[in-house]
Amino acid sequence: MIRSLGAATRDEILAVLDTVMDPEVPVLSVRELGIVRDVLVDDRDGVTVVVTPTYSGCPAIKVIEHDIITALADAGFGNAKVRTTYSPAWTTDWIPESARAKLKAYGIAPPGAIAGNDGLVQLMRARQAPPCPCCESPDTEVRSEFGSTACKSVCWCRSCGQPFEEFKAI
Amino acid sequence: MTSPAPSVVPAPLPKPNALFEYLQRLGDDRLILGHRLSEWCGHGPILEEDIALANVGLDLLGQATILLRMAGEVEGQGRNEDALAYFREAVEFRNCQLVELPKGDFAFTIARQFLFDVYDVVLLDALAKSTNAELAAIAVKSLKEARYHVRHSGERMLKLGDGTDERHRRVQAALAELWRYTPELFAADEIDAELAASGVVPDLATLKPQWDSLVRDVLDRATLTTPNDVPRLPRARGGRAGAHTEHLGHLLAEMQIVARSHPGASW
Repeated sequence: MIRSLGAATRDEILAVLDTVMDPEVPVLSVRELGIVRDVLVDDRDGVTVVVTPTYSGCPAIKVIEHDIITALADAGFGNAKVRTTYSPAWTTDWIPESARAKLKAYGIAPPGAIAGNDGLVQLMRARQAPPCPCCESPDTEVRSEFGSTACKSVCWCRSCGQPFEEFKAI
Repeated sequence: MTSPAPSVVPAPLPKPNALFEYLQRLGDDRLILGHRLSEWCGHGPILEEDIALANVGLDLLGQATILLRMAGEVEGQGRNEDALAYFREAVEFRNCQLVELPKGDFAFTIARQFLFDVYDVVLLDALAKSTNAELAAIAVKSLKEARYHVRHSGERMLKLGDGTDERHRRVQAALAELWRYTPELFAADEIDAELAASGVVPDLATLKPQWDSLVRDVLDRATLTTPNDVPRLPRARGGRAGAHTEHLGHLLAEMQIVARSHPGASW
């Protein structure tokens, strides 16, 4: 069923997007991740969802676009389109507190504060690892900036001896 | 009576679209270096490095996709990022020669990556202020990624240089081989000049001192000797105009064969 766009409200579409989960981090919706930047409803052009990629090379972005279009079609908003924008650049600051708690409960340390842009000479400075999401210990270290997906790094907890992933702050 | 011979006036060469040229330079550096990094997938010396190099390669390929897509739009001939990546010949590629050199051993790959990453951070930091809003947005996004790339390659340089004798020897040898490819990164031509005049791109000469000091700082801490600026072999040049080493053709043969064997295929 294709619904008349006159009845389509932005809030209804946002509610549908709340049910579209990120394929790599399935406890967060695409809205909670901050990927959805805008929803445009136009009688002539239909529904357009504006998204921004987390990382330039994120292989999940095509899946996310497909999932958004499918979910909207299932809810009666056929022919929805997804448009990509790069500005402003995605930042983990857009992930709300409620979503950070979900990440932690899932075993992924939520992103911390973004390292300040304090000049190029500070580039090589090692950064602080986040507290362990399992035992809360601050006695942790970053093992590698690169993990199973572009958005995660690999850390190690010296207290409980548990490796864990961190959602990188960018 | 014979009519006078028509005077032969060669048609002026069309002026290249400077922004199209420049976007290919940015995109091709990333496409080719990303491909070289992908060659390490499954071959890294330790699992963390295997994953790290694949991740950096993926970021670079993602940036290349965005930049070459924009290049195709600027050109206005209906070519998208895939057409540019898979259906141009080696002479049409605009990457610097540094990125096309074979991956070598791990020390060579890390040293090349470090020299490029520092250049990338310095360049993107300047491009973030471009008067072209779309290019500035891409630079801001890419800079976030370039910052952790250089943190990784810089830290690896410290571990290789200030490590065992064998590590030190290999990375010092890699630097000696790579050094003559670095002046090309800062060699500006008329394309750069035209775009710099309108504030689209920075003046490359202003970036060189930053690169020098960042590179030298890490090499000093890694107990490595910064190579002599007068290299044994001539400095590499010409990549931005399509002059490449023999290595690029071999890389392209592998990268392009599937797309060329099955034109128009989708999967």
